Amino acid sequence: MPEWLINLLITLAKIAVVHGVLLTCVAYTVYLERKVSAFMQDRIGPNRVGPFGLLQPLVDVVKLLMKEDIVPVNANRFVHSLAPIISILVALSTIAVVPFGNTINIAGRDIQLQIADVNVGVLYFLALSSLGVYGVTLSGWSSNNKYSLLGGLRSSAQMISYELAMGLAVLAIVLMNGSLELDTIVKNQAGWHWNVILQPVGFIIFITAALAETNRHPFDFAEAEQELVAGYHTEYSSMKFALFFLAEYANVIVMSAVITTLYCGGWQFPFVHSMGLSPTLISILQVLAFCAKTFFWVFFFVWIRWTIPRFRYDQLMNLGWKVFIPLGIVNLVVTGLVLLLMKH
Amino acid sequence: MSFNLETFLFYSLAVLAVFSAIMMITRRSPINSALFLILNFFTTSGIYLLLRAQFIAIIQVLVYMGAIMVLFLFVIMLLNLGDEKSLKEVLGYKKITALLLSLLLMSLLGFTVFAGFYGKFDKISENAINIGTAEALGKELTTTYSLPFELASFLLIAGIIGAVVLAKKRFE
Repeated sequence: MPEWLINLLITLAKIAVVHGVLLTCVAYTVYLERKVSAFMQDRIGPNRVGPFGLLQPLVDVVKLLMKEDIVPVNANRFVHSLAPIISILVALSTIAVVPFGNTINIAGRDIQLQIADVNVGVLYFLALSSLGVYGVTLSGWSSNNKYSLLGGLRSSAQMISYELAMGLAVLAIVLMNGSLELDTIVKNQAGWHWNVILQPVGFIIFITAALAETNRHPFDFAEAEQELVAGYHTEYSSMKFALFFLAEYANVIVMSAVITTLYCGGWQFPFVHSMGLSPTLISILQVLAFCAKTFFWVFFFVWIRWTIPRFRYDQLMNLGWKVFIPLGIVNLVVTGLVLLLMKH
Repeated sequence: MSFNLETFLFYSLAVLAVFSAIMMITRRSPINSALFLILNFFTTSGIYLLLRAQFIAIIQVLVYMGAIMVLFLFVIMLLNLGDEKSLKEVLGYKKITALLLSLLLMSLLGFTVFAGFYGKFDKISENAINIGTAEALGKELTTTYSLPFELASFLLIAGIIGAVVLAKKRFE
Protein backbone atom coordinates (compact mmCIF):
# COMPACT_ATOMS: atom_id res chain seq x y z
CA MET A 1 0.00 0.00 0.00
CA PRO A 2 1.29 3.51 -0.79
CA GLU A 3 2.21 5.74 2.15
CA TRP A 4 -0.55 8.31 1.62
CA LEU A 5 -3.23 5.61 1.58
CA ILE A 6 -2.03 4.23 4.90
CA ASN A 7 -2.05 7.71 6.43
CA LEU A 8 -5.52 8.34 5.05
CA LEU A 9 -6.80 5.06 6.48
CA ILE A 10 -5.25 5.80 9.88
CA THR A 11 -6.89 9.23 9.95
CA LEU A 12 -10.25 7.82 8.88
CA ALA A 13 -9.99 5.15 11.57
CA LYS A 14 -9.23 7.79 14.19
CA ILE A 15 -12.20 9.90 13.06
CA ALA A 16 -14.51 6.88 13.15
CA VAL A 17 -13.40 5.76 16.61
CA VAL A 18 -13.43 9.24 18.17
CA HIS A 19 -16.83 10.15 16.76
CA GLY A 20 -18.26 6.74 17.58
CA VAL A 21 -17.18 7.12 21.20
CA LEU A 22 -18.27 10.77 21.29
CA LEU A 23 -21.79 10.11 19.97
CA THR A 24 -22.30 7.16 22.30
CA CYS A 25 -21.13 9.31 25.19
CA VAL A 26 -23.53 12.06 24.11
CA ALA A 27 -26.46 9.65 24.32
CA TYR A 28 -25.35 8.45 27.73
CA THR A 29 -24.68 11.97 29.01
CA VAL A 30 -28.40 12.60 28.58
CA TYR A 31 -29.00 9.46 30.65
CA LEU A 32 -26.43 10.62 33.22
CA GLU A 33 -28.10 13.99 33.47
CA ARG A 34 -31.50 12.43 34.07
CA LYS A 35 -30.16 9.99 36.65
CA VAL A 36 -28.09 12.60 38.51
CA SER A 37 -30.95 15.10 38.57
CA ALA A 38 -33.25 12.35 39.83
CA PHE A 39 -30.77 11.48 42.56
CA MET A 40 -30.42 15.12 43.60
CA GLN A 41 -34.18 15.60 43.74
CA ASP A 42 -34.81 12.31 45.54
CA ARG A 43 -36.48 10.67 42.53
CA ILE A 44 -35.69 7.42 40.73
CA GLY A 45 -35.18 8.61 37.16
CA PRO A 46 -35.44 6.47 34.02
CA ASN A 47 -35.57 2.78 35.02
CA ARG A 48 -38.11 1.17 32.66
CA VAL A 49 -36.08 0.28 29.55
CA GLY A 50 -33.35 -2.29 30.15
CA PRO A 51 -31.43 -2.76 33.40
CA PHE A 52 -31.35 0.55 35.35
CA GLY A 53 -32.99 2.16 32.32
CA LEU A 54 -29.71 1.88 30.41
CA LEU A 55 -31.43 1.46 27.03
CA GLN A 56 -33.41 4.69 27.50
CA PRO A 57 -31.19 6.79 25.14
CA LEU A 58 -31.74 4.30 22.29
CA VAL A 59 -35.50 4.39 22.73
CA ASP A 60 -35.43 8.18 22.88
CA VAL A 61 -33.60 8.41 19.57
CA VAL A 62 -36.10 6.07 17.92
CA LYS A 63 -38.97 8.15 19.32
CA LEU A 64 -37.45 11.40 18.02
CA LEU A 65 -36.85 9.91 14.57
CA MET A 66 -40.45 8.71 14.28
CA LYS A 67 -41.99 12.06 15.21
CA GLU A 68 -43.50 14.41 12.66
CA ASP A 69 -41.22 17.20 11.49
CA ILE A 70 -43.10 20.49 11.62
CA VAL A 71 -41.84 23.69 9.99
CA PRO A 72 -43.79 26.90 10.73
CA VAL A 73 -45.62 28.35 7.71
CA ASN A 74 -43.76 31.65 7.61
CA ALA A 75 -40.39 30.24 8.52
CA ASN A 76 -37.41 30.51 6.20
CA ARG A 77 -37.31 26.81 5.30
CA PHE A 78 -33.71 26.66 4.14
CA VAL A 79 -32.21 28.48 7.11
CA HIS A 80 -34.54 26.60 9.45
CA SER A 81 -32.98 23.32 8.31
CA LEU A 82 -29.47 24.71 8.10
CA ALA A 83 -29.29 25.92 11.72
CA PRO A 84 -29.32 22.52 13.51
CA ILE A 85 -26.77 21.20 10.99
CA ILE A 86 -24.39 24.06 11.83
CA SER A 87 -24.86 23.40 15.55
CA ILE A 88 -24.01 19.72 15.41
CA LEU A 89 -21.24 20.18 12.81
CA VAL A 90 -19.42 22.70 14.97
CA ALA A 91 -19.84 20.58 18.11
CA LEU A 92 -18.41 17.49 16.43
CA SER A 93 -15.53 19.21 14.60
CA THR A 94 -13.95 20.71 17.69
CA ILE A 95 -12.89 17.31 19.02
CA ALA A 96 -10.48 16.98 16.05
CA VAL A 97 -7.68 18.94 17.71
CA VAL A 98 -7.98 17.46 21.20
CA PRO A 99 -5.13 15.02 21.94
CA PHE A 100 -6.50 12.04 23.83
CA GLY A 101 -3.27 10.11 24.34
CA ASN A 102 0.47 10.12 23.81
CA THR A 103 1.97 8.82 20.56
CA ILE A 104 1.67 5.04 20.46
CA ASN A 105 3.60 2.51 18.40
CA ILE A 106 1.46 0.03 16.47
CA ALA A 107 3.18 -2.37 14.05
CA GLY A 108 6.33 -0.24 13.89
CA ARG A 109 4.42 2.94 13.11
CA ASP A 110 4.11 5.91 15.43
CA ILE A 111 0.50 6.98 15.69
CA GLN A 112 -0.46 10.19 17.34
CA LEU A 113 -3.67 9.91 19.32
CA GLN A 114 -5.18 13.11 17.97
CA ILE A 115 -7.16 13.44 14.74
CA ALA A 116 -5.42 16.58 13.51
CA ASP A 117 -2.24 18.00 14.97
CA VAL A 118 -2.88 21.59 13.94
CA ASN A 119 -0.12 24.01 14.93
CA VAL A 120 -2.75 26.62 15.82
CA GLY A 121 -4.91 24.15 17.76
CA VAL A 122 -5.92 26.61 20.47
CA LEU A 123 -7.14 29.10 17.89
CA TYR A 124 -8.96 26.34 15.99
CA PHE A 125 -10.88 25.55 19.16
CA LEU A 126 -11.72 29.21 19.78
CA ALA A 127 -12.71 29.75 16.14
CA LEU A 128 -15.09 26.80 16.09
CA SER A 129 -16.63 27.68 19.41
CA SER A 130 -17.32 31.15 18.05
CA LEU A 131 -19.02 29.60 15.00
CA GLY A 132 -21.42 27.78 17.32
CA VAL A 133 -23.30 31.06 17.71
CA TYR A 134 -24.66 30.71 14.17
CA GLY A 135 -26.72 27.63 14.91
CA VAL A 136 -28.54 29.34 17.76
CA THR A 137 -28.88 32.75 16.11
CA LEU A 138 -30.09 31.46 12.75
CA SER A 139 -32.56 29.03 14.28
CA GLY A 140 -33.96 31.86 16.38
CA TRP A 141 -34.38 34.13 13.40
CA SER A 142 -35.64 31.60 10.85
CA SER A 143 -38.44 30.24 13.06
CA ASN A 144 -40.39 33.49 12.72
CA ASN A 145 -41.38 33.36 16.37
CA LYS A 146 -40.68 36.15 18.84
CA TYR A 147 -39.59 33.81 21.62
CA SER A 148 -37.18 32.07 19.28
CA LEU A 149 -35.81 35.39 18.07
CA LEU A 150 -35.31 36.68 21.61
CA GLY A 151 -33.60 33.44 22.58
CA GLY A 152 -31.31 33.65 19.56
CA LEU A 153 -30.42 37.30 20.20
CA ARG A 154 -29.74 36.72 23.89
CA SER A 155 -27.55 33.79 23.18
CA SER A 156 -25.47 35.52 20.51
CA ALA A 157 -24.85 38.48 22.82
CA GLN A 158 -23.94 36.11 25.64
CA MET A 159 -21.61 33.95 23.57
CA ILE A 160 -19.77 36.91 22.05
CA SER A 161 -19.26 38.43 25.52
CA TYR A 162 -17.92 35.28 27.11
CA GLU A 163 -15.73 34.37 24.16
CA LEU A 164 -13.57 37.36 25.07
CA ALA A 165 -13.12 36.22 28.66
CA MET A 166 -12.40 32.69 27.47
CA GLY A 167 -9.86 33.92 24.93
CA LEU A 168 -8.06 35.96 27.60
CA ALA A 169 -7.89 32.96 29.94
CA VAL A 170 -6.51 30.74 27.18
CA LEU A 171 -4.04 33.43 26.13
CA ALA A 172 -2.36 33.28 29.56
CA ILE A 173 -1.82 29.54 29.02
CA VAL A 174 -0.45 30.12 25.53
CA LEU A 175 1.93 32.67 27.03
CA MET A 176 3.21 30.13 29.57
CA ASN A 177 3.75 27.42 26.98
CA GLY A 178 4.93 29.57 24.10
CA SER A 179 2.88 27.42 21.75
CA LEU A 180 -0.59 27.24 20.24
CA GLU A 181 -0.41 23.45 19.91
CA LEU A 182 -2.63 21.56 22.32
CA ASP A 183 -0.22 18.61 22.25
CA THR A 184 2.66 20.78 23.49
CA ILE A 185 0.45 22.28 26.19
CA VAL A 186 -0.37 18.77 27.44
CA LYS A 187 3.27 17.64 27.31
CA ASN A 188 4.30 20.65 29.41
CA GLN A 189 1.89 19.58 32.13
CA ALA A 190 3.77 16.37 32.97
CA GLY A 191 3.65 15.20 36.57
CA TRP A 192 1.66 17.63 38.68
CA HIS A 193 2.43 20.80 36.67
CA TRP A 194 -1.23 21.08 35.82
CA ASN A 195 -2.37 24.48 34.65
CA VAL A 196 -5.23 24.41 37.12
CA ILE A 197 -2.61 24.88 39.85
CA LEU A 198 -0.44 27.32 37.90
CA GLN A 199 -3.36 29.36 36.54
CA PRO A 200 -6.16 29.26 39.13
CA VAL A 201 -7.69 32.60 38.12
CA GLY A 202 -7.63 31.74 34.44
CA PHE A 203 -9.17 28.39 35.28
CA ILE A 204 -12.14 29.97 37.07
CA ILE A 205 -12.65 32.36 34.15
CA PHE A 206 -12.46 29.52 31.66
CA ILE A 207 -14.92 27.29 33.53
CA THR A 208 -17.45 30.11 33.81
CA ALA A 209 -17.04 31.06 30.18
CA ALA A 210 -17.40 27.40 29.21
CA LEU A 211 -20.74 27.23 31.00
CA ALA A 212 -21.86 30.37 29.17
CA GLU A 213 -20.56 29.16 25.79
CA THR A 214 -22.38 25.84 26.02
CA ASN A 215 -25.59 27.62 27.10
CA ARG A 216 -25.77 25.52 30.22
CA HIS A 217 -27.13 26.43 33.64
CA PRO A 218 -26.76 28.88 35.30
CA PHE A 219 -26.42 30.73 31.97
CA ASP A 220 -29.04 29.01 29.80
CA PHE A 221 -30.76 32.20 28.71
CA ALA A 222 -31.17 31.01 25.16
CA GLU A 223 -33.93 28.67 26.34
CA ALA A 224 -35.08 30.10 29.68
CA GLU A 225 -38.39 28.24 29.98
CA GLN A 226 -40.24 30.70 32.20
CA GLU A 227 -39.46 33.59 29.91
CA LEU A 228 -39.09 32.19 26.40
CA VAL A 229 -41.04 28.88 26.19
CA ALA A 230 -38.04 26.96 24.87
CA GLY A 231 -36.04 29.81 23.32
CA TYR A 232 -34.39 29.26 19.97
CA HIS A 233 -35.66 25.71 19.47
CA THR A 234 -39.32 26.41 20.28
CA GLU A 235 -40.34 25.75 16.66
CA TYR A 236 -38.21 22.66 16.17
CA SER A 237 -39.52 19.12 16.30
CA SER A 238 -38.45 15.59 15.48
CA MET A 239 -34.84 15.00 14.40
CA LYS A 240 -34.05 18.70 13.98
CA PHE A 241 -34.81 19.22 17.65
CA ALA A 242 -32.80 16.12 18.43
CA LEU A 243 -29.81 17.63 16.59
CA PHE A 244 -29.90 20.68 18.86
CA PHE A 245 -30.17 18.39 21.84
CA LEU A 246 -27.23 16.28 20.66
CA ALA A 247 -25.22 19.42 19.91
CA GLU A 248 -25.74 20.70 23.45
CA TYR A 249 -24.42 17.51 25.01
CA ALA A 250 -21.68 17.11 22.43
CA ASN A 251 -20.60 20.64 23.33
CA VAL A 252 -20.56 19.73 27.01
CA ILE A 253 -18.35 16.71 26.35
CA VAL A 254 -16.01 18.55 23.99
CA MET A 255 -15.74 21.46 26.40
CA SER A 256 -14.93 19.00 29.20
CA ALA A 257 -12.24 17.45 27.01
CA VAL A 258 -10.81 20.91 26.32
CA ILE A 259 -10.85 21.83 30.04
CA THR A 260 -9.01 18.58 30.70
CA THR A 261 -6.48 19.32 27.97
CA LEU A 262 -5.81 22.93 28.88
CA TYR A 263 -5.99 22.81 32.67
CA CYS A 264 -5.92 19.26 34.01
CA GLY A 265 -2.96 17.76 32.24
CA GLY A 266 -4.83 16.13 29.34
CA TRP A 267 -3.74 12.51 29.08
CA GLN A 268 -0.95 12.93 31.65
CA PHE A 269 -1.14 10.23 34.32
CA PRO A 270 1.02 11.35 37.27
CA PHE A 271 3.90 9.05 38.24
CA VAL A 272 2.95 6.43 35.65
CA HIS A 273 6.57 6.19 34.45
CA SER A 274 7.88 5.27 37.89
CA MET A 275 5.62 2.21 38.11
CA GLY A 276 7.67 0.14 35.67
CA LEU A 277 4.89 -0.75 33.23
CA SER A 278 5.20 -1.65 29.56
CA PRO A 279 4.86 1.26 27.07
CA THR A 280 1.59 -0.11 25.66
CA LEU A 281 0.05 -0.32 29.11
CA ILE A 282 1.20 3.23 29.86
CA SER A 283 -0.47 4.47 26.68
CA ILE A 284 -3.72 2.72 27.57
CA LEU A 285 -3.60 4.12 31.10
CA GLN A 286 -3.05 7.61 29.69
CA VAL A 287 -6.08 7.36 27.39
CA LEU A 288 -8.11 6.10 30.34
CA ALA A 289 -6.84 8.99 32.47
CA PHE A 290 -8.00 11.40 29.77
CA CYS A 291 -11.44 9.76 29.67
CA ALA A 292 -11.75 9.79 33.47
CA LYS A 293 -10.85 13.47 33.73
CA THR A 294 -13.26 14.34 30.93
CA PHE A 295 -15.97 12.34 32.65
CA PHE A 296 -15.37 14.27 35.84
CA TRP A 297 -15.92 17.58 34.03
CA VAL A 298 -19.05 16.28 32.29
CA PHE A 299 -20.34 15.33 35.73
CA PHE A 300 -19.35 18.80 36.94
CA PHE A 301 -21.50 20.40 34.22
CA VAL A 302 -24.48 18.25 35.28
CA TRP A 303 -23.77 18.92 38.94
CA ILE A 304 -23.77 22.71 38.40
CA ARG A 305 -26.98 22.52 36.41
CA TRP A 306 -28.96 20.96 39.24
CA THR A 307 -27.36 23.06 41.98
CA ILE A 308 -27.23 26.70 40.89
CA PRO A 309 -30.38 28.58 39.82
CA ARG A 310 -30.41 30.68 36.65
CA PHE A 311 -28.93 34.18 36.80
CA ARG A 312 -30.77 37.25 35.61
CA TYR A 313 -29.77 38.39 32.13
CA ASP A 314 -28.30 41.75 33.20
CA GLN A 315 -26.33 39.98 35.96
CA LEU A 316 -24.82 37.71 33.33
CA MET A 317 -23.78 40.63 31.13
CA ASN A 318 -22.38 42.62 34.07
CA LEU A 319 -20.46 39.59 35.27
CA GLY A 320 -19.00 39.01 31.82
CA TRP A 321 -17.99 42.55 30.92
CA LYS A 322 -17.28 44.10 34.31
CA VAL A 323 -15.76 41.20 36.22
CA PHE A 324 -14.38 38.46 34.01
CA ILE A 325 -12.88 40.50 31.17
CA PRO A 326 -10.96 42.90 33.49
CA LEU A 327 -9.93 39.91 35.61
CA GLY A 328 -8.76 38.12 32.47
CA ILE A 329 -6.67 41.13 31.40
CA VAL A 330 -5.09 41.44 34.86
CA ASN A 331 -4.38 37.69 34.88
CA LEU A 332 -2.73 37.96 31.47
CA VAL A 333 -0.54 40.92 32.50
CA VAL A 334 0.49 39.26 35.78
CA THR A 335 1.32 36.02 33.96
CA GLY A 336 3.46 37.92 31.47
CA LEU A 337 5.20 39.83 34.28
CA VAL A 338 5.98 36.67 36.28
CA LEU A 339 7.31 34.92 33.17
CA LEU A 340 9.54 37.92 32.42
CA LEU A 341 10.88 38.03 35.99
CA MET A 342 11.54 34.28 35.96
CA LYS A 343 13.61 34.66 32.81
CA HIS A 344 15.99 37.13 34.44
CA MET B 1 -1.62 21.26 -16.08
CA SER B 2 -1.34 18.09 -14.12
CA PHE B 3 -4.25 17.17 -11.93
CA ASN B 4 -3.67 17.11 -8.22
CA LEU B 5 -5.78 17.48 -5.12
CA GLU B 6 -4.51 20.97 -4.40
CA THR B 7 -5.49 22.34 -7.81
CA PHE B 8 -8.88 20.68 -7.53
CA LEU B 9 -9.44 22.20 -4.07
CA PHE B 10 -8.29 25.60 -5.26
CA TYR B 11 -10.67 25.69 -8.21
CA SER B 12 -13.67 24.48 -6.22
CA LEU B 13 -13.00 27.02 -3.47
CA ALA B 14 -12.37 29.80 -5.99
CA VAL B 15 -15.58 29.10 -7.91
CA LEU B 16 -17.54 28.96 -4.65
CA ALA B 17 -15.92 32.21 -3.49
CA VAL B 18 -16.81 34.09 -6.69
CA PHE B 19 -20.31 32.60 -6.71
CA SER B 20 -20.97 33.58 -3.07
CA ALA B 21 -19.57 37.08 -3.65
CA ILE B 22 -21.90 37.63 -6.60
CA MET B 23 -24.86 36.21 -4.69
CA MET B 24 -24.01 38.42 -1.74
CA ILE B 25 -24.27 41.69 -3.69
CA THR B 26 -27.34 40.67 -5.70
CA ARG B 27 -29.64 39.36 -2.90
CA ARG B 28 -32.44 41.66 -1.79
CA SER B 29 -32.82 40.21 1.71
CA PRO B 30 -30.04 41.44 4.02
CA ILE B 31 -29.96 38.11 5.90
CA ASN B 32 -29.30 36.16 2.70
CA SER B 33 -26.57 38.63 1.75
CA ALA B 34 -24.97 38.18 5.16
CA LEU B 35 -25.14 34.38 4.87
CA PHE B 36 -23.44 34.45 1.45
CA LEU B 37 -20.77 36.75 2.85
CA ILE B 38 -20.13 34.19 5.60
CA LEU B 39 -19.78 31.48 2.95
CA ASN B 40 -17.39 33.75 1.08
CA PHE B 41 -15.21 34.22 4.17
CA PHE B 42 -15.18 30.48 4.67
CA THR B 43 -13.98 29.77 1.13
CA THR B 44 -11.35 32.51 1.40
CA SER B 45 -10.11 30.90 4.58
CA GLY B 46 -9.77 27.62 2.68
CA ILE B 47 -7.69 29.37 0.01
CA TYR B 48 -5.41 30.81 2.71
CA LEU B 49 -4.89 27.27 3.96
CA LEU B 50 -3.85 26.18 0.46
CA LEU B 51 -1.30 29.00 0.52
CA ARG B 52 0.12 27.51 3.77
CA ALA B 53 -1.06 30.44 5.87
CA GLN B 54 -2.69 28.50 8.71
CA PHE B 55 -2.65 31.39 11.12
CA ILE B 56 -4.33 33.84 8.74
CA ALA B 57 -6.86 31.17 7.76
CA ILE B 58 -7.90 30.49 11.33
CA ILE B 59 -7.96 34.21 12.18
CA GLN B 60 -10.22 34.77 9.18
CA VAL B 61 -12.68 32.27 10.67
CA LEU B 62 -12.24 33.52 14.23
CA VAL B 63 -12.53 37.26 13.59
CA TYR B 64 -14.61 37.63 10.46
CA MET B 65 -16.94 34.64 10.62
CA GLY B 66 -17.02 34.22 14.38
CA ALA B 67 -17.25 37.82 15.52
CA ILE B 68 -17.93 40.42 12.85
CA MET B 69 -20.56 38.53 10.87
CA VAL B 70 -22.32 37.46 14.06
CA LEU B 71 -22.64 41.14 14.93
CA PHE B 72 -23.95 41.85 11.42
CA LEU B 73 -26.60 39.16 11.77
CA PHE B 74 -27.35 40.43 15.26
CA VAL B 75 -28.02 43.94 14.01
CA ILE B 76 -30.09 42.76 11.04
CA MET B 77 -32.23 40.64 13.34
CA LEU B 78 -32.54 43.30 16.01
CA LEU B 79 -33.78 45.86 13.49
CA ASN B 80 -35.80 43.14 11.76
CA LEU B 81 -34.86 44.48 8.33
CA GLY B 82 -36.99 43.46 5.40
CA ASP B 83 -35.97 43.41 1.76
CA GLU B 84 -34.14 46.51 0.70
CA LYS B 85 -36.09 49.09 -1.26
CA SER B 86 -34.83 50.74 -4.43
CA LEU B 87 -33.80 54.29 -3.74
CA LYS B 88 -32.80 56.98 -6.18
CA GLU B 89 -29.03 57.06 -6.17
CA VAL B 90 -27.03 60.27 -6.42
CA LEU B 91 -23.46 60.31 -7.70
CA GLY B 92 -21.81 62.24 -4.85
CA TYR B 93 -18.13 62.68 -4.00
CA LYS B 94 -18.25 59.57 -1.79
CA LYS B 95 -19.37 57.40 -4.69
CA ILE B 96 -16.72 58.84 -6.99
CA THR B 97 -13.95 58.23 -4.43
CA ALA B 98 -15.23 54.70 -3.92
CA LEU B 99 -15.20 54.16 -7.68
CA LEU B 100 -11.61 55.38 -8.00
CA LEU B 101 -10.45 53.24 -5.10
CA SER B 102 -12.14 50.15 -6.49
CA LEU B 103 -10.51 50.82 -9.87
CA LEU B 104 -7.14 50.91 -8.13
CA LEU B 105 -7.90 47.64 -6.36
CA MET B 106 -9.09 46.05 -9.59
CA SER B 107 -5.91 47.02 -11.43
CA LEU B 108 -3.76 45.59 -8.64
CA LEU B 109 -5.74 42.35 -8.65
CA GLY B 110 -5.73 42.26 -12.43
CA PHE B 111 -1.96 42.63 -12.48
CA THR B 112 -1.61 39.68 -10.12
CA VAL B 113 -3.92 37.52 -12.20
CA PHE B 114 -2.12 38.30 -15.46
CA ALA B 115 1.28 37.85 -13.90
CA GLY B 116 0.03 34.46 -12.76
CA PHE B 117 -0.92 33.55 -16.35
CA TYR B 118 2.54 34.39 -17.59
CA GLY B 119 4.09 32.09 -15.02
CA LYS B 120 5.41 34.70 -12.62
CA PHE B 121 3.84 33.21 -9.48
CA ASP B 122 4.00 29.59 -10.46
CA LYS B 123 5.11 28.06 -7.21
CA ILE B 124 4.34 28.70 -3.58
CA SER B 125 7.50 29.98 -1.93
CA GLU B 126 9.47 27.28 -0.12
CA ASN B 127 9.52 29.49 2.91
CA ALA B 128 5.72 29.96 2.94
CA ILE B 129 5.13 27.39 5.64
CA ASN B 130 7.41 29.31 8.02
CA ILE B 131 6.03 32.74 7.15
CA GLY B 132 2.48 31.67 7.87
CA THR B 133 2.98 30.57 11.47
CA ALA B 134 1.84 32.56 14.46
CA GLU B 135 5.45 32.79 15.73
CA ALA B 136 6.81 34.33 12.52
CA LEU B 137 3.90 36.76 12.20
CA GLY B 138 4.19 37.80 15.83
CA LYS B 139 7.90 38.42 15.48
CA GLU B 140 7.42 40.52 12.35
CA LEU B 141 4.60 42.53 13.90
CA THR B 142 6.55 43.39 17.03
CA THR B 143 9.88 44.14 15.33
CA THR B 144 9.74 45.24 11.68
CA TYR B 145 6.17 46.52 11.73
CA SER B 146 5.89 47.60 15.36
CA LEU B 147 4.97 51.22 14.57
CA PRO B 148 1.99 50.45 12.28
CA PHE B 149 0.98 47.73 14.74
CA GLU B 150 0.91 50.16 17.67
CA LEU B 151 -0.85 52.81 15.58
CA ALA B 152 -3.54 50.29 14.65
CA SER B 153 -4.08 49.58 18.33
CA PHE B 154 -4.61 53.32 18.93
CA LEU B 155 -7.16 53.36 16.13
CA LEU B 156 -9.00 50.43 17.71
CA ILE B 157 -9.04 51.96 21.18
CA ALA B 158 -10.36 55.21 19.67
CA GLY B 159 -13.11 53.21 17.99
CA ILE B 160 -14.02 51.47 21.25
CA ILE B 161 -14.12 54.73 23.23
CA GLY B 162 -16.13 56.37 20.46
CA ALA B 163 -18.70 53.57 20.57
CA VAL B 164 -19.00 53.84 24.36
CA VAL B 165 -19.43 57.63 24.18
CA LEU B 166 -22.11 57.37 21.49
CA ALA B 167 -23.96 54.66 23.38
CA LYS B 168 -23.82 56.50 26.70
CA LYS B 169 -25.21 59.75 25.28
CA ARG B 170 -28.57 58.10 24.67
CA PHE B 171 -29.00 57.17 28.33
CA GLU B 172 -28.01 60.49 29.86
